[in-house]
Amino acid sequence: MSTTPSVAEDPARYAQFEARIAADQSIEPKDWMPERYRSQLVRMMSQHAHSEVVGMLPEGNWITRAPSLRRKMILLAKVQDEAGHGLYIYCGTETLGVDRQELVQQLLDGKAKYSSIFNYPTLTWADIGAIGWLVDGAAIVNQTMLAKASYGPYARAMVRICKEENFHKRQGYEIMTTLARGTAAQKAMAQDALNRWWWPSLMMFGPHDSASSNSDELMKWGIKRKSNDELRQRFINLTIAQVKAIDLTVPDPDLRYDDATGNWIAGPIDWDEFWRVVKGNGPCNSERIGARRSAHAEGRWVRDAAVAFAEKQRSNNRETAERQQ
Amino acid sequence: MTPNSPERSWPLWEVFTQGRDGEPHQHAGSVHATDAEHALQNARDVYARRNEAVNLWVVPSAAITASTPEDMGPFFDPANDKAYRHPQFYKVPKGVKVF
Amino acid sequence: MSAPLFDALLRLGDDRLVLGHRTSEWCGHAPILEEDIALANIALDHIGQANLLLQYAGAVEGGGRDQDALAYFRDAIEYRNALICELPRGDFAVTIARHFFHGLYSVLQWEALSNSQDATIAGIAAKALKESRYHVRHAGEWVIRLGDGTDESHARAQAAVHLLWPYTGELFLQPVDESALVAAGLTADVSTLEGAWRATVDDVLHRATLTAPDGVWMQRGGRAGRHTEHLGHLLAEMQIVARSHPGAQW
Repeated sequence: MSTTPSVAEDPARYAQFEARIAADQSIEPKDWMPERYRSQLVRMMSQHAHSEVVGMLPEGNWITRAPSLRRKMILLAKVQDEAGHGLYIYCGTETLGVDRQELVQQLLDGKAKYSSIFNYPTLTWADIGAIGWLVDGAAIVNQTMLAKASYGPYARAMVRICKEENFHKRQGYEIMTTLARGTAAQKAMAQDALNRWWWPSLMMFGPHDSASSNSDELMKWGIKRKSNDELRQRFINLTIAQVKAIDLTVPDPDLRYDDATGNWIAGPIDWDEFWRVVKGNGPCNSERIGARRSAHAEGRWVRDAAVAFAEKQRSNNRETAERQQ
Repeated sequence: MTPNSPERSWPLWEVFTQGRDGEPHQHAGSVHATDAEHALQNARDVYARRNEAVNLWVVPSAAITASTPEDMGPFFDPANDKAYRHPQFYKVPKGVKVF
Repeated sequence: MSAPLFDALLRLGDDRLVLGHRTSEWCGHAPILEEDIALANIALDHIGQANLLLQYAGAVEGGGRDQDALAYFRDAIEYRNALICELPRGDFAVTIARHFFHGLYSVLQWEALSNSQDATIAGIAAKALKESRYHVRHAGEWVIRLGDGTDESHARAQAAVHLLWPYTGELFLQPVDESALVAAGLTADVSTLEGAWRATVDDVLHRATLTAPDGVWMQRGGRAGRHTEHLGHLLAEMQIVARSHPGAQW
């Protein structure tokens, strides 16, 4: 991970670029940027977009079973937002000169990563609460930071997404609160969902700083402004009070409050599980990609039809114009 | 266009939303669409879900000509020293409160 | 008149609930991201309409049932939606053709109902009319693109029209027990809507290079609770959580 090739591209411009980053200036699509900055952005932004799109699936699994009309509408609107967020970020990535179809193909070919959290199954209605509360909660911590990213289109997409996502976490926590205060069966369902989603949510922030291969470079260039561990700690501190307020418990016997720092210190994270899921062996990896592949394949004739129709219209218009001449 | 041939994305359109009557249109983002009507519909569904707009423009991204970062100096710096374009440049006698 | 009014509201509400449910099945599986968002908007409009209509139905019935009791604790035989709403989602052509046929019917129905002497119905209809007009625009433009797109899309669109056509007749059958409501200006006679519906359908199908089948037998039964086999499965899925925890809050 050497930065030498970037300097070699154009030393003067590279120095200018670094000065702009240091001055907290926003980098815009047509500005000169080191090739490595561009490729890191494409990688990170497309992963983020893929995560939004794959993220529709575990929650989408419960739209048809939501237990009230109000919940059904909320969930549908939320999953729809994920599609919108994927779209915004793909568009942001396209400003770097890549085609969305290219990025989608990388996902379908298994060459691109997406957030591992979506490789876990949604087993009960309470999982919809847990995802909104914990997974969106963790995403908001991350995205609030990314709203200050050095690349303008990414930062602007994040501002819009953060605004929209405010309700996602709230609706999730509202579901959990309602279940935790409901019947014994509902409360058990809520606790079980928390048990299953807690650790994967902590893993969402990525490996420890000491083991994160991309972090240094992303932070140097102002794409990320805080480290994985800093963000994870912030999430834990925010969430523990919310857990206590609804009388549930996190599945971590080692969790303790540190008076000196004011932090809640979590026990050790199972990084073997993390890497196993990242590498494709989570409970739902193949199902998620399979669902994306079939949607894409089954939609091909529709996309082709729109292209063919537009071509016919254009050639009809040309013929009409020629006749009129 | 067989299913096996490589696929290109639908063309990209830039979306501008007018938040309220009388306000200027502002850039909201982009959508993919094969024609103007569909671009308009997609823009409506993607960028006006939360009452964000009373009117929409869609423009093929390819139709936009933008100044380049290299233009920045020659285009915009010359406007820096033309203070006489601004009302604060001019003195008004002390007694005149409303001008 | 409360029993006939209750039934009329179920017919209106169940159509939108079942169709909205079917449309929501697309979420995450649409042909392109833009369309995921569009279809979710349409599903949300339908479920929102159902929510209001069933809420009012419960109030008219006066038996303490709210919209969720009506949606989640009635069996298929008590549902009053037209059969066209419950057919499986099919491919994108089926979804689009159904939205076009039913959406156009809805526009005409809401136009009539927005003049209802019942202020609640008139209010719901005025709101729903705007939504349905957009649904027709969305679906109509797609019908034209699919019909006049590629050979494959043309064939699929034509197949969808053939599949759904036998289920369009039921939409315009006016239930006998609604005649007093129509006479009182509370609801609309759906049999009067068919002419305008057919004229627009023919126009759009023509532009789409598609044809409507002639002289086919029109299926019926949904308005009387005699459904296809599909509705039972749809409701089993929709109602499973609510019925597993009777009396629970969500």
